[in-house]
Amino acid sequence: MFNSQSFIEEVKSRSGQPIELCFQCQKCASGCYMARFTDHAPNQILRYIQLGLKEKALRSSMIWLCSSCEICGSRCPNGIKMFDVMDALKKIAISNNIVAEKKIRLFNDIFLDTVRSKGRIHEALMMAEYKLRTGDLFSDLDLGLKLFLKRKLPLIGKKVKDRKYLDVIFKRCFDMERKAFAKYQVRLDGGKLN
Amino acid sequence: MNLSYYPGCSLESSAREYNLSALSVASALGLSLTEIEDWICCGATSAHSTNQLLAYALPAANIALAQQAGRDLVVPCASCYNRLKKTDHVLRNDPARRRQLEEVVNFTFTGRIGVMSLLEAFTVRIGAEEISRRVVRPLEGLRLACYYGCLLVRPHHVTGFDNPENPRSLDALMAGTGARPLSWSYKTECCGANLGLTVGDAVRQMVSRLLEMAEEAGAQAIVTACPLCQMNLEVRRPNNRNGIPAFYFTELIGLALGLKESGSWFARHIVDPLPLLRSLSLAS
Ligand code: SF4
Ligand code: SF4
Repeated sequence: MFNSQSFIEEVKSRSGQPIELCFQCQKCASGCYMARFTDHAPNQILRYIQLGLKEKALRSSMIWLCSSCEICGSRCPNGIKMFDVMDALKKIAISNNIVAEKKIRLFNDIFLDTVRSKGRIHEALMMAEYKLRTGDLFSDLDLGLKLFLKRKLPLIGKKVKDRKYLDVIFKRCFDMERKAFAKYQVRLDGGKLN
Repeated sequence: MNLSYYPGCSLESSAREYNLSALSVASALGLSLTEIEDWICCGATSAHSTNQLLAYALPAANIALAQQAGRDLVVPCASCYNRLKKTDHVLRNDPARRRQLEEVVNFTFTGRIGVMSLLEAFTVRIGAEEISRRVVRPLEGLRLACYYGCLLVRPHHVTGFDNPENPRSLDALMAGTGARPLSWSYKTECCGANLGLTVGDAVRQMVSRLLEMAEEAGAQAIVTACPLCQMNLEVRRPNNRNGIPAFYFTELIGLALGLKESGSWFARHIVDPLPLLRSLSLAS
């Protein structure tokens, strides 16, 4: 099974938040609009982390549906920014290959690939690729057409000139972040991976 | 006054009318905005959901460009602003992270330029009084719900701008145009941000609640300073995209200043604002 102590440490280190201070007042949850569309509320996620229930936290759709509105963080009496905790959990979920909301992850990957190769987001191409790869071709078709007719989806996007530099930035970020958190990657039998 | 300008990707496509109106109005009010050359995408939610270092490095690369240009950086998109401002905050307050970012991006942070939202630039560098002095076509009778959303005011220790629970800056600018900003309690609620494409139903429910609350308060339109909010309010609404329109604040200032190009901004809207403007004799 997962090593629960290393999980708590990893969440704290990635998020910088004082996880142990949460006393379950539920202020975060009561202001969170996305909570009603998910399986667990923000305060529950925090409890799972405190208890070391790694899979329960990581498998939750809440961590992906969090819209980063930061209402939770602005109201928590203990200064815990749940939003940063949600972000940390997403990254741990990715590195453990447990992603509850695959469409959101796919969207993020397509988005970042576009930034890496072109430097800027080209909304029309990105939407088209997302639609193709999810197979969900028709849900927003009339919307796409409307945007196009209003000249809001130009078919040719702008690219930045120095894309080599951009590729270096991406490479460095992924290398450095992987190294920084490698010590938390544990095997299922509890041993370290490296 | 000269400032650097980071439009961001949305303003090149879905929020073109925000870009056009921002540049027209700023220049009419004597604020010169110069786009920083070869800016790159801030990484938005996708970066901070995937790699924390990247979520700071992409904005830091733009701050490096702005630093070279030597002027404070103005950001119209609330989402880009939030990423750039957070990165500026980290560069100023977290030396270990700063060293890391300087290495990744290959620059030296001087801290000599600041990052602000376009709303803040209009509030602090121009001001509602100056706007009201320059108004040639007061937006009299227009009742507005000023909608700030999340990213302009939160987290407050980073933005340091306006009141995070009951912001007033946009209300003040709108009052300067002669319109009537109303009090309502959903000013800083979330619109669903970029989840529209992936979890459309949740976002549709959030948007319809916002529109209902605005209408209940008596608003004839919503006004925003964020391309994500404006887009969600227009296209993620139920009832076939009827109902009250959503403006960018720069469009309404431009209308009040009598800028002729305002018609071309409104033509780009998905929810046609012209019937409302005509009913108030603000458009022909
Ligand atoms: S608001 Fe803070 S202390 Fe209260 S439940 Fe949420 S995280 Fe815990
Ligand atoms: S930031 Fe996320 S968890 Fe916090 S209130 Fe907003 S949606 Fe909920």
